Amino acid sequence: MKISSCLLFALLIPVAQAQQPAPDVLVKSISEEVVAILKKDKDIQAGDSKKVVDLIETKVVPHFDFIRMTRIAMARNWRLASPEQQKVLAGEFKTLLVRTYSTAISNYRDQQIDYKPLRAKPEDTEVTVRSEVKPSGSSQPVSIDYEMEKTPDGWKVYDVKVGGVSLVTTYRDTFAGEVREHGVDGLIKSLAAKNRQPERSKAGKA
Amino acid sequence: MAEVKSLCAALLLAGTLGGCATSGGNPADPLEPLNRVVFSFNDAADKAVIKPVARAYRAVLPGIVRTGVSNFFSNLEDIWISVNDVLQGKFQDGIDDFGRVLFNSTFGIAGIFDFASELGFQKHNEDFGQTLGSWGVGSGAYLVLPILGASTIRDGFGLLVDIQADLVFQIDGVPVHTSLYGTRAIANRANLLDASSVIEQAALDKYAFVRDAWLQRRRNLVHDGDPPREREEPDDEPTK
Repeated sequence: MKISSCLLFALLIPVAQAQQPAPDVLVKSISEEVVAILKKDKDIQAGDSKKVVDLIETKVVPHFDFIRMTRIAMARNWRLASPEQQKVLAGEFKTLLVRTYSTAISNYRDQQIDYKPLRAKPEDTEVTVRSEVKPSGSSQPVSIDYEMEKTPDGWKVYDVKVGGVSLVTTYRDTFAGEVREHGVDGLIKSLAAKNRQPERSKAGKA
Repeated sequence: MAEVKSLCAALLLAGTLGGCATSGGNPADPLEPLNRVVFSFNDAADKAVIKPVARAYRAVLPGIVRTGVSNFFSNLEDIWISVNDVLQGKFQDGIDDFGRVLFNSTFGIAGIFDFASELGFQKHNEDFGQTLGSWGVGSGAYLVLPILGASTIRDGFGLLVDIQADLVFQIDGVPVHTSLYGTRAIANRANLLDASSVIEQAALDKYAFVRDAWLQRRRNLVHDGDPPREREEPDDEPTK
């Protein structure tokens, strides 16, 4: 009994490690899964934004580190926030990013996504996974880069750069301005107010 | 265009004189109060006229026609892009981009079809502002130009040169000139309808969001998609 449980344990360790896919493999498999659902789901194609948000929440969100994203966006003001405020901030920022992401993804048509080979050493704990979306027609491909970190729960995304524009640092000045004028609670309030507004997920309706 | 030029000159002047009248936001944006006024004007003009026309354009014309129109203007741009490649010392890109023009102008029927991209000759994104940037000219203060939108002092100067080199600008005859300008503007705006709906959803303060995204985008373009890494965890030290 004891030997067998030891054996089982010994077997489980490599399995647990093998279950953490490489960062580029992870990004690719999630994207492919989400794209396949987007293409198939009739409600989503009819403009059901709630369903897109649910899809993002279940498939994409678990692979993001929203605490770190919020910390980067807050920059030096992060330390001004109490642990309780930090938690609320990260929650509101997450909601905003999920809604933004679902607006963007609702516009997805049939663009081709290419993944670049990962330039990283096996011991790296921070990597950039690069991809390119090719729109139809002649316009240039748009790069989408995922900044990822290795955590005990597998690789997590802490920033997404679209055409070189960081989704996270783009908020820095807005956040700093809010905190300067209305304090951390003021920022939380305006994030919450923004998140209560109706969604603008249907293309061209904004 | 004379109005645009004198307006630009006035703004550039305001940029040098108004350097001390800061409002305390982004250090790259000392002209924020003035910029915000122009931004609101542009936003209002966009909501009232430009966006509705672009939306109608997208609704009425089939995708294949819209792609043809965009390709036509894109092909004209490629000439100036290849010149900028060369000015930046990227001779291979310059040859490729000029080859794109020759190929698409002939086989692609005046540029309506972009066969060169399908053959693997990817379009590049260059302009004179980027050329100045590659020569080491800093971007200078952020600048919102009337109707033309986000820019910087350097890119505003670059735009003046770009306009001079613009083939559409060279065409004589006001009606042709104006209708080509208008069509190009609407086609470009129509291509950005999806992107602008994302910005509406994303931004708490649309002005600051557009500014910070634009500045990052230009930095990325000047470095051809591979800018030097910035500090990642600035919460341990002051950012400004």
